[in-house]
Amino acid sequence: MIEAQDLTKVYGGKAAVDHLSFTVEPGRVTGFLGPNGAGKSTTMRLILGLDRPQSGYALINGRRYRDLKDPLHTVGALLEAKSVHPGRSARNHLLFLAQTQGIPASRVEEVLALVGLQDVADKRAGGFSLGMSQRLGVAVAMLGNPEILLLDEPVNGLDPEGVLWIRNLMKSLAAEGRTVLVSSHLMNEMAVTADHLIVIGRGRLITEASTEDVIARSTDKSVRVRTPDADRMAEMIAAAGGKVVRGGAESGAEVGAQNGAGLLTVTGLEAPRIGELAASASIVLHELTPLASLEGAFMELTSGSVEFGAAKTEAAHGSTS
Amino acid sequence: MTATAPVTPARGPADPAAGRHAGFAGLMRAEWTKIRSVRSTVWTLVIFVVVCIGFTALIAWLTESNWFGPRAAARNLRVLADPVGFILGTGIGLGQLAIAVLGVLIITSEYSTGVIRASLLAVPRRLPVLAAKAVVFAVLLLVVTEIVAFCSFFVGSAILHAHVPVALGDAGVTRAVIGAGLYLTVLGLLALAIGTMIRHTAGSISTIIGVVFVLPILTGLLPGSWGAHINAYLPEQAGTLITHTHQTADDLLSPWQGFGVLCIWTVLALAVAAYLLEHRDA
Repeated sequence: MIEAQDLTKVYGGKAAVDHLSFTVEPGRVTGFLGPNGAGKSTTMRLILGLDRPQSGYALINGRRYRDLKDPLHTVGALLEAKSVHPGRSARNHLLFLAQTQGIPASRVEEVLALVGLQDVADKRAGGFSLGMSQRLGVAVAMLGNPEILLLDEPVNGLDPEGVLWIRNLMKSLAAEGRTVLVSSHLMNEMAVTADHLIVIGRGRLITEASTEDVIARSTDKSVRVRTPDADRMAEMIAAAGGKVVRGGAESGAEVGAQNGAGLLTVTGLEAPRIGELAASASIVLHELTPLASLEGAFMELTSGSVEFGAAKTEAAHGSTS
Repeated sequence: MTATAPVTPARGPADPAAGRHAGFAGLMRAEWTKIRSVRSTVWTLVIFVVVCIGFTALIAWLTESNWFGPRAAARNLRVLADPVGFILGTGIGLGQLAIAVLGVLIITSEYSTGVIRASLLAVPRRLPVLAAKAVVFAVLLLVVTEIVAFCSFFVGSAILHAHVPVALGDAGVTRAVIGAGLYLTVLGLLALAIGTMIRHTAGSISTIIGVVFVLPILTGLLPGSWGAHINAYLPEQAGTLITHTHQTADDLLSPWQGFGVLCIWTVLALAVAAYLLEHRDA
């Protein structure tokens, strides 16, 4: 089990991780989802003690990573950035790591076989393809046969076969009762891999829920409506057969908390119909946004928090004047 | 690379990765594996051996064959005054470059390739990594540099023996030859400390070369006795005293005092390196 409590990491005056708290339970694959630059890698580095947080802490089975004795027996990590000397063979890379933990050399051969790198084990790792490098990374993570696995963007750059391999590996590891935390910026990948999702944006928690819940919420075609006359609008929508939820779709989410006033999330009624209803009753709309697909839902969840995304148009808000 | 291999069974009594806690011995084995499994470190050591012994032989041979040449008299006097310093000086002067580069490389290559992350994930308390690296590197250097120092001495003295009779039994000779290896070993550790502080290969190599080769020249230009004092306490100036058989009137430190000064520099540098390793984000 992994617990993050109030983690904050500031780089150059900007919070990469901002008071982030979550729990990762064993026995299931937990997806760590967020757009690029959301702070996923930084969070993993904080959990692993590579970086020090300004505040908060991360615990692994109740202990800080740096207090683990022979930590590779407890936690296996595949980081996004490379951590292999290009001139060293895969076998020697695994061997020196095994030696630090008292892991027998026979285990090196086992993990090489597990990831299918036996035939190239003595080749310099610098010549490895991206897929082979990822497999070596998985071998490193599995070296200590750990009960907890942290995988940072493991499918990045893999061919479909490799993606499937990683997916099945993660699922079977979780089925064995291990804790698996896997980060990705791809909602669709997480939808088929993860049982549980932790969604972050700009270093903050956006939502933490089972994948089913997130999908259920997002595949219902919903429309976001913002109006100063929310009560009357809600009545009219209900009368027309739509379902209205006050505030944002994600009750605990940033978006809802900040802009809850006058915000309705409507299901069962299309955006044009809502627009017509509003016009017929002369209700001013400040926003009318259809929310559709899974990717759309993810975009919606994180749109306020995309670090390097395109600037949002102000058109919707411009209509107020 | 095709079939999905069966996943390792869950942890249990028959955990295939189980082993005894490796402790510091395991860390030293790991550091040895790192050093021997990369070509650059192996080749740097080979170059050191070849350059040291090769140039010692070359200079000795040139000196020998030019013993009665024009303007040789003054040089011959210097050689006779400190034959060991002369024989070992060439090899050390060039070989210390390779040692300094090697000391820097064994840590900065971890940063440039990202291996440091793997190392620190395995040993999250961090300092044992530096300690194990320093111990393994020191032992390796001590063995290699002592062998090279003795080989250089025997080769050089054999070539020069007709004019420069010198043997290990002569006063201060054994200390100077052993001292050459000691100097190079500690210099390697100083380079390791600088590499750990700076973390970038080019910057670290520039710094150690600046400290070893450039600083003595600059401080040598300082006027008066305080200039001479500063100069005498520099790592290279103080450290190489141990490789001379005879002291000159200008020496402010004895051979062992000089070596002690080098050791103090190195311990201080390692302490700063350890502090930075512990407190910086990796």
